[in-house]
Amino acid sequence: MSTATARRTDLGYRIRLNLRAVLGRAYPRVIGANREPSWIFFEAFLPLLGIAAYVFIYQSFAERALDAILTTTASAPYGFCGERACIDAVEQALYEANALANANALIASVVLGGTMVAFWLNVLWSMASQLYWEKEIGNLQLYMMAPMNRMALLGGMAVGGMFMTSVRAVATLVAGIIVFGVVFQVANPLLLLAVFFVTLVALYGLGMMFASLYLLWGREAWNLSALMEEPIFFSSGFYFPVAGLFKVPGWGPIVAIAGAFIPATFGLDALRQLTLSETAFGGRFWIFDATTELGILLVMAVVFLILARYALAYLEMLAKREGKLTSRHQ
Amino acid sequence: MNTYWRTFKTAAWLGWEMDSNWTEPWLFMLYSVVKPVAGAFILVLMYVVFAIVGNRQDPDAFSYMYVGNSFFIFVATTLFGTFQVIQADREWYQTIRYVYIAPISYYVYILGRAASKIVVAAFAVFITLAFGVLFLGIHLQFVLAGLPAFVGSLLLGVAVLLAIGICLGGISFLTAKHTHGLAEGIPGIFYVFCGVLFPLSVLPEWGQAIGKGIPLTYWFEITRRILSPNLTMNTTLQGYDDLTILVLLLVSSIAFFLLSILIFKVGEYFARKAGKIDMTTSY
Repeated sequence: MSTATARRTDLGYRIRLNLRAVLGRAYPRVIGANREPSWIFFEAFLPLLGIAAYVFIYQSFAERALDAILTTTASAPYGFCGERACIDAVEQALYEANALANANALIASVVLGGTMVAFWLNVLWSMASQLYWEKEIGNLQLYMMAPMNRMALLGGMAVGGMFMTSVRAVATLVAGIIVFGVVFQVANPLLLLAVFFVTLVALYGLGMMFASLYLLWGREAWNLSALMEEPIFFSSGFYFPVAGLFKVPGWGPIVAIAGAFIPATFGLDALRQLTLSETAFGGRFWIFDATTELGILLVMAVVFLILARYALAYLEMLAKREGKLTSRHQ
Repeated sequence: MNTYWRTFKTAAWLGWEMDSNWTEPWLFMLYSVVKPVAGAFILVLMYVVFAIVGNRQDPDAFSYMYVGNSFFIFVATTLFGTFQVIQADREWYQTIRYVYIAPISYYVYILGRAASKIVVAAFAVFITLAFGVLFLGIHLQFVLAGLPAFVGSLLLGVAVLLAIGICLGGISFLTAKHTHGLAEGIPGIFYVFCGVLFPLSVLPEWGQAIGKGIPLTYWFEITRRILSPNLTMNTTLQGYDDLTILVLLLVSSIAFFLLSILIFKVGEYFARKAGKIDMTTSY
């Protein structure tokens, strides 16, 4: 056995090689981003404005609701509690307190959704579309010739992407707390961290699986990514508690169940429970408890990573056989 | 003038083909509608959740938000359709050097490329509004007498958007591939400050001042006045009559057109000087 062959079959060598590949692919995302500081403005600050718009919607609703509660008339001397007049000042005060608490919980839901939006967009545009993008700019054949495992390549993209996106996610959280005065109540920080990181692994696992599918779908892939923005924000409840869909008769539960295949759905639901308390919204807007959702997310993470591994190998073979691996603009 | 028209026509056709020829026409139409309708549904669910937890319905606030969001499709699409041209040609297709050295106006070429997106956006706006009226109880009270003002304001609004898009295009000559950040962020500014989803009165004083300095605020205001005149929302713009708003839009579209030429030329000059016209920034 030659020295080169012996090295290639050595487990330690292969692990080190793949770890170097992970670092090597993550490196340009971290360093490239630092060399182009304008991205912090474009990718971290500007998108906050879109999230702010959703926050202001809830503030606008809350202001009108508080107006109705606090405005007294001859027929409603203690204002309106919902659609009817308040019975007395105590009920009025209770409704006012509830309106304020609900507004905080809904705004916090938007802020948490906003942080997850950052990761979802990164998964779509910097994971799922990335191999297709690499093919377009001519890097893919170089990756295919390199001796590392393709999963190490995707892993590197994921690590680099998570780093880049974390800046935006943190900016969103900080803006939520400082600018919008959102109050989070974290009772179980370990579970919170576990849910967050398992959600990310599941999301990026899904992205890895899509990356190989996109290799074959070609130009449709870009459009598919574009199509998986608003419809997923909607079905996964990025800006509202997703269980709200179950309150819409007919199509609501169907959309919610379809959205549940995206890890962000359970991830956000669990994160909201763990940061707003399970009693927020009267406990009416949660799908399962946070521990159950963590279990589901763990299963999703494992399944998506395994599927990604097989999809990548299969579609790489298929793409080579059909001669599409390096053909651009198709 | 003939060259400009020919450039515009060809670029519009090219834009249409690039946008749509990846699939069947019916699928493309569906695709063009699904995104904006899903965007509208996010707002519907936000309203539903708030109505349930607060035990209170607010149809005026819902109509205000829905109509604003429908017309915001023009904003997001027109801006993206304009400023992404430079980065798409430069980074994705890497054809900018060939188009750029062709004997055409690159400014007009960008306008042409954006035109097909505006047509598709108009279709999506119509479908979103129709869906709201038919299934969500949105009350539109459009009268034929309002048609000239509606068409006039729509054309002026789109003209302002195109000009802003070209300004951003001029800046993107010099930046890395920030298309997605720009696509999310710049419309986000208008989403927050132009009274699209909530009245300006919700914003702090300084936010209201910014909103009143952006012409699109007045475009959304007049559009709502024409389509939903009976909403009981305090928009803080009651002091402006329709004619004043139309004049404001006309003046702004001219001002932004001149500004767009200036920024485009400056961006182009510095990009050429720094050798950035055909750079690629893939990380």
